[in-house]
Amino acid sequence: MRAEPLPLHHFRKPLLETPFDARTRALQQNDQFVAWAGYTTVDVFTSVEQEYFAIRNAVTLYDLTPMVKYRVSGPDAERYLNRLVTRDVRRLKVGRVSYVVWCNDSGHIIDDGTVFRFGAQDFRVCTAERQLDWFSDSALGFDVEIEEVTEAIAALAVQGPTSCCVLKRFGLSGIERLKPFELGEFVVRGRPLLASRTGFTGDLGYELWMRPADALTAWDELMAAGQSRGIRAIGSQALNLARIEAGFLLPNVDFVSAEHTVRVGRDRSPLELGLGWLVDFDKPHFNGRRALLAERQRGPRRQLVGLDVGGNKPAHHALLYADAGGRREVGSVTSAAWSPTCKRNIALAMVEAPCFAPGHAVWADIYLNRELVWERRMVRAQVVERPFFAPERRRLTPPADR
Amino acid sequence: MPAAGRRRHDVIVVGAGHNGLVAACYLARAGLDVLVLEQNDYVGGAAVSRRLYRDFTYSNCSYVCSLLRPEIMRTLELPRFGLQIIPYEGGCTMMRDGGHLALYDNHDALRREIARHSQRDAEAYTRFSRDVLRQCKFIKPLLLHEPPDPTSFRPRDIRELLYLGQRLYRVGEQRMYDTIRFWTMSAADFLDEYFDTEIVKAHFAGSSIIGTALGPRSPGSAYVLLHHYMGDIDETVGAWGFARGGMGAVSGALAASLAASGGAVRTGAPVAQILVRNGRARGVALASGEELEASTVISNLDIKRTFLDAVAPEHLPEEFLTAVRRFKIRGSSGKLNIALDGLPTFPAIPAGSPCIRGDLHITDSIAMMERAYDDWKDGRWSAAPYVDMLIPSQIDPTMAPDGKHYMSVFVQYCPYRLAAGPWTDARRQEFGATVIDAIARQSPDFKSLILHAEIRTPWDIENEVGLTEGNIFQGELTMDQLLFNRPVPGYAQYRTPVRSLYLSGSCTHPGGGVMGAPGANAARRVLADLGRGALQ
Repeated sequence: MRAEPLPLHHFRKPLLETPFDARTRALQQNDQFVAWAGYTTVDVFTSVEQEYFAIRNAVTLYDLTPMVKYRVSGPDAERYLNRLVTRDVRRLKVGRVSYVVWCNDSGHIIDDGTVFRFGAQDFRVCTAERQLDWFSDSALGFDVEIEEVTEAIAALAVQGPTSCCVLKRFGLSGIERLKPFELGEFVVRGRPLLASRTGFTGDLGYELWMRPADALTAWDELMAAGQSRGIRAIGSQALNLARIEAGFLLPNVDFVSAEHTVRVGRDRSPLELGLGWLVDFDKPHFNGRRALLAERQRGPRRQLVGLDVGGNKPAHHALLYADAGGRREVGSVTSAAWSPTCKRNIALAMVEAPCFAPGHAVWADIYLNRELVWERRMVRAQVVERPFFAPERRRLTPPADR
Repeated sequence: MPAAGRRRHDVIVVGAGHNGLVAACYLARAGLDVLVLEQNDYVGGAAVSRRLYRDFTYSNCSYVCSLLRPEIMRTLELPRFGLQIIPYEGGCTMMRDGGHLALYDNHDALRREIARHSQRDAEAYTRFSRDVLRQCKFIKPLLLHEPPDPTSFRPRDIRELLYLGQRLYRVGEQRMYDTIRFWTMSAADFLDEYFDTEIVKAHFAGSSIIGTALGPRSPGSAYVLLHHYMGDIDETVGAWGFARGGMGAVSGALAASLAASGGAVRTGAPVAQILVRNGRARGVALASGEELEASTVISNLDIKRTFLDAVAPEHLPEEFLTAVRRFKIRGSSGKLNIALDGLPTFPAIPAGSPCIRGDLHITDSIAMMERAYDDWKDGRWSAAPYVDMLIPSQIDPTMAPDGKHYMSVFVQYCPYRLAAGPWTDARRQEFGATVIDAIARQSPDFKSLILHAEIRTPWDIENEVGLTEGNIFQGELTMDQLLFNRPVPGYAQYRTPVRSLYLSGSCTHPGGGVMGAPGANAARRVLADLGRGALQ
């Protein structure tokens, strides 16, 4: 727990500043900030389009500090995590990262995140929402220590085709040998730094984890190292475009945590979210196992799918119908975007059985605001495989320099 | 105003409390000739604003507006008739060691505030809010529904039972377990399932004891907590707030709405008896001896006053009367209304914190709250009382002269019957001094700022407002007295053993809290029985 009481400024200034705040605040030009997990972060620095193309063409810096982080350690850490998450943590090797979800007893997702393994008994779990309440309850009976370390670690995502090259110049020698989901410990000019080949863009990229005191120096050195490689700070909107193309889910956008749902039937299981590949029924008991087994046997009632939507107007929040006449509702869009790279109108959507097989056609009810006059279009959409964009470079080891 | 004389009214409502007025408004809008009779010289019952000291306005009894159903405000056009609800934000529990726990509207400020005490509790608050909201969502549609009679086979009752059953079925197995637990467990046990720290538990336990003769460790108190949260469900802006001009603004707007629909109110007209002939109510006799005739009589008095005082026993079945006598309606709360020369300082609250404009408390543990309850059980007011204290004049400029303040202090617990003997003026002053001393321990300048204080014991509330024992809910909100058991089994549908005599007070479903729902439900029942269709 916390060593000293928090200061009382929170009622005047509820949001915290990240260790990169001095730099991000100076670079942003639009005053477009967004509150994220208790921090002020930049939503758009200059233009979403320019920032997005830097992700797909050059290299970008994204302040990831608000991502909630826990240190999980102790003799039972592996047993504890293995009961908590649906994947087999025993198979996670030291120095590797794993994408995981965890469920309540009814097999409904509480959150998704990543588990980093530093040693036999030492892990870090990164989450979207705060989890101390659930993690602590789940720890009963395990010899394990759980500590929130969000404020103790500054995190920066370095993503894009030239990211490996820039990180080498920055001083991470040997980073090119890191495979996807692998961790590396580095010392840059005397400053310790952890790098993982992970990210939320579906592209080549890394995430850097450092001491808050080193944050501004690292930012400046990265900017200098990347100057000739088109480095650019990006905000959450550009990242959101990239993650939709990559088919990644955003909590509270594509699903609501079972810890927050008030209405009946709003919880989602990993099978419904198309994350069945994260559920390992062969490992020992884990939370939600029985419910998920039953669900697998009867088949999910609804599923999150990718949609290729006709036209070029994003199907934001569109209701989906089985027929062009809009008589039978079969679901709704959770995320939508015109994909600048794929030149396709893409969406993530929750649809009812049996509409979720690839190739199935549904109709999206899209509302268009054309100079303040609203028009309604029924647009045909086809269920397609995710991700929409998956370049080879994201897996290549060693990656190319450009 | 039509002369009351020998005319026969369609409906007489006994008591111009807010529920009586709500029922009257709906019936007048349906075209009935409605007369409301009120013993006091002012309308409102326990929803009143009074000027007892210079330019200060007191919300003498009820003091916040959170549960008044938006459907009622809308249909009866209360905003048009002057009702304005203004939100207040936050709240604070001050601790004996000088610390505090504040509540803030801002989600992040609130999380960081609770985290000062326990990081885990700060996060458990999300789960707590979710579960309370889940239960409220389940109960909300039942509020403006007449509870079904589970023993009846009439189509309407079967329909209503099916509705209740369907709701239970739809919420699913797990939530059904939760609902039953929630309705029966103690607030202390309930809060233990979420929070570790005493101060956090104490803050949220407060609403489980307000107005009730239960302690935080009494089974059933978790439901009372929920009852107070019902105001949060509508997700509309301004759900919790002050009625601008005090709670009398609610009654004032209702009276104006009634007048606009052709209904009438007679104040200063205490009803001595509800007249019954051949098992049917035919009117009322006033204390003055005057008799007024009506085809329908609605009693907005609580069930004890209605049937133990106003209706002669020969008209009533014995077992019903016994159930009425047994109905739990215990006085447990007092109230201080204080005119202040300035805003008191509370050193525990950080300078500039907006929480001072919310509800303030000085009970920092469940144990302290339970000890306050122990005093009540022994027939004494609490030596260290729980207070729900607000200073509305910080937000509502109409309550006090500029720079001065009105403070409303709701006090739990204070017995109706003292072990030491009857309430006297000296004992009332002593009770007031106990409360003022308790507040002064958190505010060094508080006493010096007091210009005037109105001290109300349960005995005073009974005698001025007419609520039996001064119970603010017209009867305990415990499971044995809720839904189809409220007020007594077999008579949950606003009807009584006397034909054409109805109940509309908060002793009926869904209970108290200036909700207006009992009044609206009673009006619906009357209209249905008269064959005049649904509520307009």
